[in-house]
Amino acid sequence: MKVNEMIKDFVKGIWKENPVFVQVLGMCPTLAVTTSLINGLSMGLATTFVLVASGLAISALRKLIPDQVRIASFMIIISSFVTVVKLLFEAHIPEISSQLGPYLPLIVTNCIILGRQEAFASKEPVGRSLLDSLGMGVGFIFALVVLGSVRELFYQGTIGGFELLGSWYKSMVIMVQPAGAFISLSLLVALFHKLSGSE
Amino acid sequence: MNKIAKMVLTLTVLGLISGFALSMVSNYTDPLIKQNKQEALREAVYYVVQPTESYQEETEKGKVIYEAYNSSDELIGYAFTASGGGYQGTIRLMVGVGPNLKQIKGIQILESSETPGLGGKIRGKPFKSQFRGLQVEREVGLVKSAEAGKGEIQAITGATISSRAVVNIINKGLDQVRSILGEGE
Repeated sequence: MKVNEMIKDFVKGIWKENPVFVQVLGMCPTLAVTTSLINGLSMGLATTFVLVASGLAISALRKLIPDQVRIASFMIIISSFVTVVKLLFEAHIPEISSQLGPYLPLIVTNCIILGRQEAFASKEPVGRSLLDSLGMGVGFIFALVVLGSVRELFYQGTIGGFELLGSWYKSMVIMVQPAGAFISLSLLVALFHKLSGSE
Repeated sequence: MNKIAKMVLTLTVLGLISGFALSMVSNYTDPLIKQNKQEALREAVYYVVQPTESYQEETEKGKVIYEAYNSSDELIGYAFTASGGGYQGTIRLMVGVGPNLKQIKGIQILESSETPGLGGKIRGKPFKSQFRGLQVEREVGLVKSAEAGKGEIQAITGATISSRAVVNIINKGLDQVRSILGEGE
């Protein structure tokens, strides 16, 4: 495999095929948990772990799994890794786990994960699948972190807990509510497309 | 091997591996999760009845009541958990009361999924501190916009339902604890 192709496999998920800004997948966690930078980041990391782990497993097993039961098999593998993540979060970072609430186990239904297995991991060798899922994961983290930072900044004038706007800033409650999520996401998608020069 | 047998075998093996792996992980995480919950409860007791130095867990008539003691081993109050419906989902509280059950020492939110930015403010200091040292003859009262009088607290603007829910949960819990301990009204 050429280095060029490897870089392409990895980078496409971050920019050209960004799961949130371009493919508009995984909207449920994207809108629901990005009330602050730390929430967005931890959700992104958890999802990336599941994405990479199940991508590796499925790509390694792709020749053994019969076509007719592939989706069921993918679901067993994905949900196992999600349960592992959920238990580890509860055991080691209970604060964040209670912040994310039901959205942590709901990673199972994240369509980025099943989508990558179906479109990529189940057809490609382990190495390429690893790069692909890492790229998509980083792209997802990038999107959630940006969205989380924007919402946190406009809600309470902080990013990641650090005060950026002074005490003069009057908090915009709407930013931590669903409406604020939709507004900031749509503006970010527009901005992203402007920057990347696509229509 | 025919197709069906292969399909059944694949799913069975995957299920077995997954079940085995998950039970290993849960064996490892279970004690940690339990410990975290215990820790959170402990911190809540110390927070609601201040200055607690040690406490004892007592179960009376099926209700767990924490007896809080200060540094010279005097009983300075009780703490108990109470829960009920909020605006969204269940709210669970830890409530601290004085030894005569007529003063609230403090409250802490153990669990809530109220709307962030509105009802979520019940977790905030300004709301919780209203309960510190609140004298309660019969029950906690709630006012919307007027100044809070004796035994009353002020509702959060835009979150009357959540504030009302917290007050109702406290009153119900207080009633129960009063009848169990057989003191107060």
